Amino acid sequence: MSPVDGLYRPGDTPVHRLRPQVKIVALAAFTCAIAATPREAVWAFGVYAALLIGLFALARVPLTWLLSRSLIESPFLVLALAFPFMVDGPAVQIGFLQVSEPGLWAGWNLLAKATLGVWAALLLSATTPIAGVLAGLSRLRCPEILLQITAFAIRYAHLTVAEVTQMRLARLARCDDPRFLWQASALARSLGVVFIRSFERGERVWQAMAARGYTGRLPLEVGPAPASALQWSAALAAPALAAGIATWTVFA
Amino acid sequence: MSDLALHIPTDVVNGPTSLAFALLAAVAVGLCVVMARRHLDERLVPLAGLATAFIFAAQMLNFPVAAGVSGHLLGGALAAALLGPWLGALCVTVVIVIQALLFADGAVTALGLNVVNMAVIASFTGYAVIVLALKVLPRTRWGLGAAVFAAALVSVVAASAGFVLQFWLGGEEVGQSFGAMAAAILGTHVLVGIGEGVITAGAVTAVAAARPDLVHALRGSRLAETAKESV
Repeated sequence: MSPVDGLYRPGDTPVHRLRPQVKIVALAAFTCAIAATPREAVWAFGVYAALLIGLFALARVPLTWLLSRSLIESPFLVLALAFPFMVDGPAVQIGFLQVSEPGLWAGWNLLAKATLGVWAALLLSATTPIAGVLAGLSRLRCPEILLQITAFAIRYAHLTVAEVTQMRLARLARCDDPRFLWQASALARSLGVVFIRSFERGERVWQAMAARGYTGRLPLEVGPAPASALQWSAALAAPALAAGIATWTVFA
Repeated sequence: MSDLALHIPTDVVNGPTSLAFALLAAVAVGLCVVMARRHLDERLVPLAGLATAFIFAAQMLNFPVAAGVSGHLLGGALAAALLGPWLGALCVTVVIVIQALLFADGAVTALGLNVVNMAVIASFTGYAVIVLALKVLPRTRWGLGAAVFAAALVSVVAASAGFVLQFWLGGEEVGQSFGAMAAAILGTHVLVGIGEGVITAGAVTAVAAARPDLVHALRGSRLAETAKESV
């Protein structure tokens, strides 16, 4: 599988079958609910995590995959670990370390919310193919010009990524194995070559489109399918529950 | 470590600030579409698509920084130097949105923050530095290389300064340690920026030697050296 395909894991589960537009809205709503929950409501984050893990089980995504993909946020986890030592406030003693209490809460807040946010986004990426995400964004009235650029970019990224990989292999085959930045000039030059090829290919693609009568609009009459009320209510059940919990914890 | 991300995750910066930057990003991207279309007309979709595919592939390329440590390009200055600030910022924006929705890299609620930092700030400061530097430096291979190196370095530091600003506006109250944190973030990004600068300068001078008309920052003129060779 090419790296351009995203993190999609093919399957046929209730989560896969949901229309992409309802999943995108559900992701945004769920992420907002996570962000709005006060950090002291530790139990609420437990409920969110349980909900997401339940949905991952429903989508038949293994937990090991989820955990390995969660490592993507590790640079921000370093920031979370630094907060207890950076933030001012009353200190508490943990073992032989003296750390600030608001700092601990800040670190916990970042750790919990960043992880849950990534999990929610992973659920969308794992269960929705790229074309589905674009169709969903189109249903959600995302500007058509951006979607067309994105569709072209994804289609041709397969080619450019393959070209970059091919050039890397060619350099390796000629014993170019840079270990330091000042040895990387061949790498930079091959990047320049890939740009020239991409741009020239873009011009050729445009000429081919112009030859077929393209005037700036894609003649697509078939729009993406709408979602039924049942789909909307099924997809929004989890974010609605999360929003309820978030509201409860804010006012409690 | 190609799986590491530096895109802002959920709730590092609070809701109102994120919303304000989302609006700013939407306005900036809209303006980029209008300006890019003015130059490219109906060629916009295929050319911007291919350019975005290039930035996407460029970000996958790991380059060595020192023994054992490698980094990957952010691409803001590269896009701006080759494509101009408007189209460059547009392409990097599309890459960021793809990464958020297909790779779970950076929160949906932080899209505006990430777009403003990495696409808008990086492209426009990078382009401004190149244009200013080329007024002073000779239009030779080395002059262009130095200008692009400076542009990439400044663009990476400026993008991280954008995050520091957002964190100051709507992040955790860290009190007196804020200065230390800002210094740590900016300092790290100076190192990242040096790597970015070397690779970007190499790539742009390679394009300028072969197809100077494709380097937007040269505005159609050739490099002094290549002009002599072609006579």
